Amino acid sequence: MAEKFDAIVIGAGPSGNAAALVMARAGMKVLQLERGEYPGSKNVQGAILYAEALEQIIPNCRRQAPLERPIIEQRMWVLDDESYVGSNYRGTKKKDEPPTRYTVIRANIDRWMSKKATDAGVLLICEATVLDLIKLDGKVVGVRTDRLGGDILAEVVVLADGVNSLIATKAGLRPTIKAADVALAVKEMHFLPKEVIEQRFNIANDEGVVIELFGKITKGMMGTGFLYTNRESIALGIGCMADDFKKGGVTPYDLLDAMKAHPAIKPLIAGSEVKEYAAHLIPEGGYKAIPQVHGDGWVIVGDSGGFVNAVHREGSNLAMTSGRLAAETILKLKEEGKPFTAQHLARYRAALEDSFVMKDLKKYRNMPEIFHANPQFFTTYPELLNRAAATILKVDGIDKKTKEKEIAGEFVKRRSRLGLLGDAIKLVRSFR
Amino acid sequence: MSKVEEKLFENRYRVDEGRPHIAIISADVCEGKCTAKQCTYCCPAACYALENGKVVLTTDGCLECGTCRVICDDHFNIEWSYPRGGFGILYKFG
Ligand SMILES: Cc1cc2nc3c(=O)[nH]c(=O)nc-3n(C[C@H](O)[C@H](O)[C@H](O)COP(=O)(O)OP(=O)(O)OC[C@H]3O[C@@H](n4cnc5c(N)ncnc54)[C@H](O)[C@@H]3O)c2cc1C
Ligand code: SF4
Ligand code: SF4
Repeated sequence: MAEKFDAIVIGAGPSGNAAALVMARAGMKVLQLERGEYPGSKNVQGAILYAEALEQIIPNCRRQAPLERPIIEQRMWVLDDESYVGSNYRGTKKKDEPPTRYTVIRANIDRWMSKKATDAGVLLICEATVLDLIKLDGKVVGVRTDRLGGDILAEVVVLADGVNSLIATKAGLRPTIKAADVALAVKEMHFLPKEVIEQRFNIANDEGVVIELFGKITKGMMGTGFLYTNRESIALGIGCMADDFKKGGVTPYDLLDAMKAHPAIKPLIAGSEVKEYAAHLIPEGGYKAIPQVHGDGWVIVGDSGGFVNAVHREGSNLAMTSGRLAAETILKLKEEGKPFTAQHLARYRAALEDSFVMKDLKKYRNMPEIFHANPQFFTTYPELLNRAAATILKVDGIDKKTKEKEIAGEFVKRRSRLGLLGDAIKLVRSFR
Repeated sequence: MSKVEEKLFENRYRVDEGRPHIAIISADVCEGKCTAKQCTYCCPAACYALENGKVVLTTDGCLECGTCRVICDDHFNIEWSYPRGGFGILYKFG
């Protein structure tokens, strides 16, 4: 294939689909390459879809996209070995109209979004793994794949190939991702009849629940678990930093099975049929781990650029938004007749800085380090909180003041006064 | 079947017979130099097994996550790439 395209997009996840669609819709000749049999066949997500980011790319998306359930209730559980302390928010579909968060099945969303892109004129070729970038005088001018013979050329290449970012790494555009900057998540899909899900979670036909899990389920590692209700399935998973897994102690699948056996979780999935087990990395290094995302003839979008807000579990929306902003930058430069040099593509970086993508990542820039270095947030505190709740709630003839003293004493004993103060400061600093 | 095998059994794969996409660079490094052998307990698909002190890699159940690539960072002893287009794990739901 000696054909030349205006743009080549590598990857058909949310970031690549957004970029390809926006460029093709404006009349650009776009080639998109995906290594999977179909878009989504390699991809993993919880999955919560943030509708606003998609709405910016596909108006009226709520009416067309294959959504599962809008989230009306958010539960946050801090777990000890056998108990949890939790907080809840429950609204109604009407109150939060239009809903901004939906559960989705990732393979369905990717395929649907990709169809929009091909309808807009994108030439999508699946089952093609990109092996290398082609460079000419330091400028990226095309790609080489394992399927289509020869070089394929383009004015600009959009790297939307996900967290491992192999192509950019191989081409020397960025360093290899580090174990300290990625989380490994494992996930299962548990199928149950729709009515059973609705009964168990106290929801109606078109309502969904999210449970965020935090505490001793990660066995001291920095990480979290999740449980999401789809229409006829429950998605359940847990993720921890790869370098914490490296320290040893527990395998990813044993960690998942232990979480499923927790007395608060087990009844929620009882009797379900498991139909898939998945694993995927999540770039969680935050702002400080973001590589160079543009250069002569190339831009990086989505997970490949590390755009994930781990604190709020947002990734696909940052992926879609970064893909859209890259495409818009490319379109504007084309319109102005400017070449895709690093200097001009710097506008993409500026657009990112100006959007929620970088603003949010900047806000939490200290978080990964602080949580990483202080495992007490994942072990000691959840334990203390659960013990405090149990002490307060037990009606055993001991007066409340004595109980309060006992609880305060426990905290000091476990962390010391200075330790408590230090932890409080760290917590504040991480959120700032 | 081990627990993880049971999990992988639910998945769909198109295995590229005879063309593993991941390789251990030096078996000697694994056996002699790498004390932790972290690949054997970090891989979510248990593709790395310890057999008589040697690390044996079987990529058939690989989920293509990339974990082994990033955690083998004491000796950088893994050559990692994606399978050929269309091969490997095929998520139905993701
Ligand atoms: C367990 C888990 C739960 C998550 N939960 C949420 C959530 O609830 N909400 C949320 O918003 N985000 C969530 N995320 C994050 C979200 O999934 C990612 O941020 C998002 O998928 C990134 O999109 P992307 O397009 O950049 O990359 P990807 O979705 O990874 O897409 C990359 C694409 O490129 C293809 N590709 C890679 N290399 C090549 C190559 N060499 N040649 C050709 N094609 C290639 C891949 O096959 C893939 O299709 C979660 C992630 C995980 C792992
Ligand atoms: S972690 Fe790397 S060096 Fe160590 S045993 Fe595994 S492959 Fe070999
Ligand atoms: S890529 Fe993931 S699943 Fe595959 S061998 Fe490496 S760690 Fe195991």
